[in-house]
Amino acid sequence: MSERSGGHRDVPVLDLDAIIDDPGTRIIVCCGSGGVGKTTTAAALGLRAAERGRAAVVLTVDPARRLAQSMGLTELDNVPRPVEDVTGDGTLHAMMLDMKRTFDEIIEAHADPERARQILTNPFYQSLSSSFSGTQEYMAMEKLGQLRRSGEWDLIIVDTPPSRSALDFLDAPERLGRFLDGRLIRVLTAPAKAGGRSAFKLFNAGFGLIAGAMTKLLGAQVLKDLQTFVSALDAVFGGFRARAEQTYRLLQAPGTAFVVVAAPERDAMREASYFVERLAEERMPLAGVVINRVHRSPAEGLSAARSAAAAEELESRGGHDLAAAVLRLHTGRMQLAAREHREREHFVTAHPTVPVAEVPAMWEDVHDLEGLRQIGKLLATQ
Amino acid sequence: MRARDTDWDGVRLHVVTGKGGTGKTTVAAALALALAAGGRKVLLVEVEGRQGIAQVFDLPPLPYEERRIAVAPGGGDVHALSIDPEEAMLDYLEMFYGMRRAGKALTKMGIVDFATTIAPGFRDVLVTGKTTEAVRRKSKDGRRIYDAVVLDAPPTGRITRFLNVTNEVAGLARVGPIKNHADLVNGVVASPETAVHFVTLLEEMPVQETLDGLAELTAAGLPPGGIFTNMVRESLLPDSVLDAAAGGRFDPAELALGLKAAGLADGASDATAVAEALAEEIVEHARRTALEQRERESLDASGRPRYELPLLADGVDLAGLYELAESIRNQGAA
Repeated sequence: MSERSGGHRDVPVLDLDAIIDDPGTRIIVCCGSGGVGKTTTAAALGLRAAERGRAAVVLTVDPARRLAQSMGLTELDNVPRPVEDVTGDGTLHAMMLDMKRTFDEIIEAHADPERARQILTNPFYQSLSSSFSGTQEYMAMEKLGQLRRSGEWDLIIVDTPPSRSALDFLDAPERLGRFLDGRLIRVLTAPAKAGGRSAFKLFNAGFGLIAGAMTKLLGAQVLKDLQTFVSALDAVFGGFRARAEQTYRLLQAPGTAFVVVAAPERDAMREASYFVERLAEERMPLAGVVINRVHRSPAEGLSAARSAAAAEELESRGGHDLAAAVLRLHTGRMQLAAREHREREHFVTAHPTVPVAEVPAMWEDVHDLEGLRQIGKLLATQ
Repeated sequence: MRARDTDWDGVRLHVVTGKGGTGKTTVAAALALALAAGGRKVLLVEVEGRQGIAQVFDLPPLPYEERRIAVAPGGGDVHALSIDPEEAMLDYLEMFYGMRRAGKALTKMGIVDFATTIAPGFRDVLVTGKTTEAVRRKSKDGRRIYDAVVLDAPPTGRITRFLNVTNEVAGLARVGPIKNHADLVNGVVASPETAVHFVTLLEEMPVQETLDGLAELTAAGLPPGGIFTNMVRESLLPDSVLDAAAGGRFDPAELALGLKAAGLADGASDATAVAEALAEEIVEHARRTALEQRERESLDASGRPRYELPLLADGVDLAGLYELAESIRNQGAA
């Protein structure tokens, strides 16, 4: 079907079955703002792919217990766990990112035991590795790279962190690079390095001022902890950054498909637009946009206007109270549908070539594998 | 002061959090309007650089500067501030050390990037520091500049870490200026002058997150506020009809007669077809309503005051914001 009911223009349809059935598709990244059903979409796609024969793994960063439960898992941890009761020839594994453990493992892999100990016990490392902002993006990408390199799965589905901006993960390698090449880090490590003269030369004029400011701002002990940490980490970061860049390139490769997840509301659609544009800038392969929670009515033939007029007529005349109430309810439903349709149209006008799939709103959340299966079916049937 | 009592008399810092998609920014904005009503002065603060306040009030992007953005019913002003961590850092250096120039040099060198990368606790302490400074700020005659400050805070999953700054920087700085600053912030945030409100929808996941968030907040010794259930749909049908429909029983015959009476159907068979389609809608609506009622009950079990805000038929615009503010006042939340 090239045009949906109520639509006024041809919108390319996102065919998710074609994507998950294509053995060339190795990574699907679900991204979008928080609260739009991103994780559920990722899990439903994973289940559907597995039941259509893929060896799939879902990597989630969302600690929603219910999702783990819906896949029959008592908990998600940093290792992929098999999901039982998957029908067909494929397999499904699921895991939740433990960002601290992932970070610890990188440090242990890249530093000698003494240096690793220094880093792992440093208060700055502990803050960095267990905080929510920034680190989660790096670690999600790192884990994605690990899963891909392991070769155990032929399809990896990942949902991105529910960060302030869902785009942060794209910046991870660059930010890391900026950080490593940053002048600040050179100033901080300068006294510890034998060849620190060049850094001092660069900052000769301002260095005293800056060091003074840092000490005032942070306190002498903090500055010392920071310097120790940064110099210990310096050696490790090189390898870390190379891996982040490798993963970034992996995301640009043809085997990757980005699925932007949205809900038919202004903020979520605006975020989706931004994401679509950003992916194009980064030359990341966009598969399309999934619009979740679309309200439809089984009685679409009865418009909001006619329904409202009829309700008013019955109310003024008296008698058919129930019918009047039902018509009021239906009016509200149709108005909501119309508003959602407008939000979708705004998006489509701005991005006419982006394939779109819609999933109708459910009256309750997904609780079990059957629920995920239903969502998967709705995703694929457009 | 006002004659009428509200549930939050004495609270000067209203922190508003909620899961993504629950309308946290909208509720924060409406709460600010409600608090300002009747001639008070309120500051609405956002911290995540998303320009959500500007969007809700239909304004161009806000600068890092307190400016008046709305007039409340019965007089009263809402001011707004979009906190930029870099600028907050410069303020901090200037205010406490008179070092704006050195601060600028640090910013140029990427200190903020650095701080957010290496120690997000620092970023949070700067942002909450700026907010609590506005709460404490006094005019020359010793009166507070703002009657209340409303903070559009990070989402539920991060709120306790965000507010619990003393704890967050404790590992990093046991003594020194950052520790002192964090203690100052904590003096406001953990006091009875603060209330942390949660915005949720009557859906399973946001409700569960709200309850988890409340427990975490309370365990950290931070003061919980009220629960705002947002986008509540009015149910127009009598309970008996809803109860039956939730069990899948709804007789379309009576409805078909009504449809015919209203002139909506061309004949008996047409009326029946429309009635059956509508019946399907009713059953779904009834199941959803029953689920919402269960979610209400779990929220009420937390013992926190709860306020219901209606779903706005035309979406959130400026008029809708005033409507929500009025609802907030009518329910005694402001």
